[in-house]
Amino acid sequence: MTVAAAPAMAGPEARHTRRLRNPVFLGLLLAPCLFLGIFYFAPVANVLVMSLTEPSVGLQNYRLLFESGAIHRILGNTLRVSSVTTVTTLLLGYIIAYGLVRVGPRERNALLFIVIASFWISALIRAYAWVAILQPNGLVNQALMGMGLIEQPLRLVRNELGVVIGMVHYMLPYAILPMYANMSGIDGRLMAAARALGASRTKAFCWVFLPLSLPGLVGAGILVMIFSLGFYITPAILGGGRVVMIAEYISIQISETLQWGVATMLATVLVTAVVLMTILMSRFMEVGGTIGAKGKKA
Amino acid sequence: MKGAMELSALSPVRVAAWAVAAFLALPLLVMLPISLTPHRYLSLPTDQLSLRHYASLLEDPRWLASLSDSLIVAVAAAVVAVMLGTSFAVGAWRIGGQTQRYLRPLMLSPMIVPPIVHSVAFYKGWAEIGLLDTYIGLILVHGMKGAPFVILTVGAALANLDVRTEQAARSLGAGPFRALFWVILPQVRPGIAAGATFAFFISWDEIIVALFITMRAVYTLPRRIWDGLSDNIDPAIAALGTLMILATIVLMLMNAGLASRAKHKS
Repeated sequence: MTVAAAPAMAGPEARHTRRLRNPVFLGLLLAPCLFLGIFYFAPVANVLVMSLTEPSVGLQNYRLLFESGAIHRILGNTLRVSSVTTVTTLLLGYIIAYGLVRVGPRERNALLFIVIASFWISALIRAYAWVAILQPNGLVNQALMGMGLIEQPLRLVRNELGVVIGMVHYMLPYAILPMYANMSGIDGRLMAAARALGASRTKAFCWVFLPLSLPGLVGAGILVMIFSLGFYITPAILGGGRVVMIAEYISIQISETLQWGVATMLATVLVTAVVLMTILMSRFMEVGGTIGAKGKKA
Repeated sequence: MKGAMELSALSPVRVAAWAVAAFLALPLLVMLPISLTPHRYLSLPTDQLSLRHYASLLEDPRWLASLSDSLIVAVAAAVVAVMLGTSFAVGAWRIGGQTQRYLRPLMLSPMIVPPIVHSVAFYKGWAEIGLLDTYIGLILVHGMKGAPFVILTVGAALANLDVRTEQAARSLGAGPFRALFWVILPQVRPGIAAGATFAFFISWDEIIVALFITMRAVYTLPRRIWDGLSDNIDPAIAALGTLMILATIVLMLMNAGLASRAKHKS
């Protein structure tokens, strides 16, 4: 994670330069803000307000949050799948991040290569690959039937299991990279000291390493939860219409049933949840820290 | 981690890490055999291999048309993202203080707001100003989605830069624009390059906005793949996927090579 730019602006000269604000640089700062204000925030605000005005002015769309069984089911699906995804991703991500800090440099590069390669490969292509692997006559079922372990193909896709597998696979790099960054900062000699003082291997890990790695774990967890809540592609492809989460439901409301009021109400709920979680996350890690680090290294 | 104890060859830590890595690599590894199947449906080749699905990529003009649409949009979007992001990052670095502290999270929000939300917003907004199903419409959105990545990478590069270099240039008589183009920007070129790469990939891979705001005139590659996924699963996508995975890995290796060469030089 990167350190903020603040130290460059310290001391008496800094105060001096701050008074000499140059209009050119102020323009450079404000022009993109103005651009996003017009072309990004205005359209987004426009549809969020629609949740209060479509089909008529009032809170009737928000009442559905409490009254509509369909919406309860969608919200339930979204929360359940996102939570299971987040917990599984953190567990698997922690294993690989811990492995990364413990193995030698050559092995670390090989593991990191796999993590970063899967980060860059298109989400669509990966969802397609998972369909190929998990479908009734896919690789897993063919292998298990070939070995005589099962007679009927297992149902691994077009259900929640398939969605969770695909989502965990997509989210893993997002969890691994910040956790690895956090763990690389932990001094390994602390573990050695704990061992020398008589702690067992497990005890040393639980009482020394784990607490020190918690900020990375929590930050990564919130990041994965944020991405999971609004995820569209993987649930739509691997869920096959059976595991509809909030993003897919919003899309159906717009393109098929034309219920703009319901769709924009759910969009508002989603944005509110994501913004609150981002504020919470910024207390544990810098937003976009690992991306900034890439620019620095390059 | 410094001072950690050595792992034994088959320590559970190492075995578990490689098991998770195998899970990560699995979908990438199955694409190649699937793409070589002689059958018309999604399957593994059993007794013979065939390149028919690669041939169908070249024969079907729609794949090539989508490839060129994707390239046009992604390159233009990267340019838009670099202009927006670099301008903001340089301004924020030079002005500093509270103004940028409040503006920065706002500028980063296209990265955080769930894609479905701004897709609905652009669907509505672009319909009103006639940008639906146009290159400009899609480029604008993809450029704004890429801008936060440029802000982060250029911002990180600027954090290493001494503010006084710009002041030195100015005191030697350079105007603000001269100082910008001759002193500041050349020093953050790696950050701009990394940001542009991110922005290109964000656009190249983007599907949800494209589903909402393009119909016929603009048909990017992810849009074409999406169609191939929803009707009946076409093995040509495995051929395309294999090529995309290979291209990504080659680019990553080239990038790593450049980075290590730069390290040796300095």
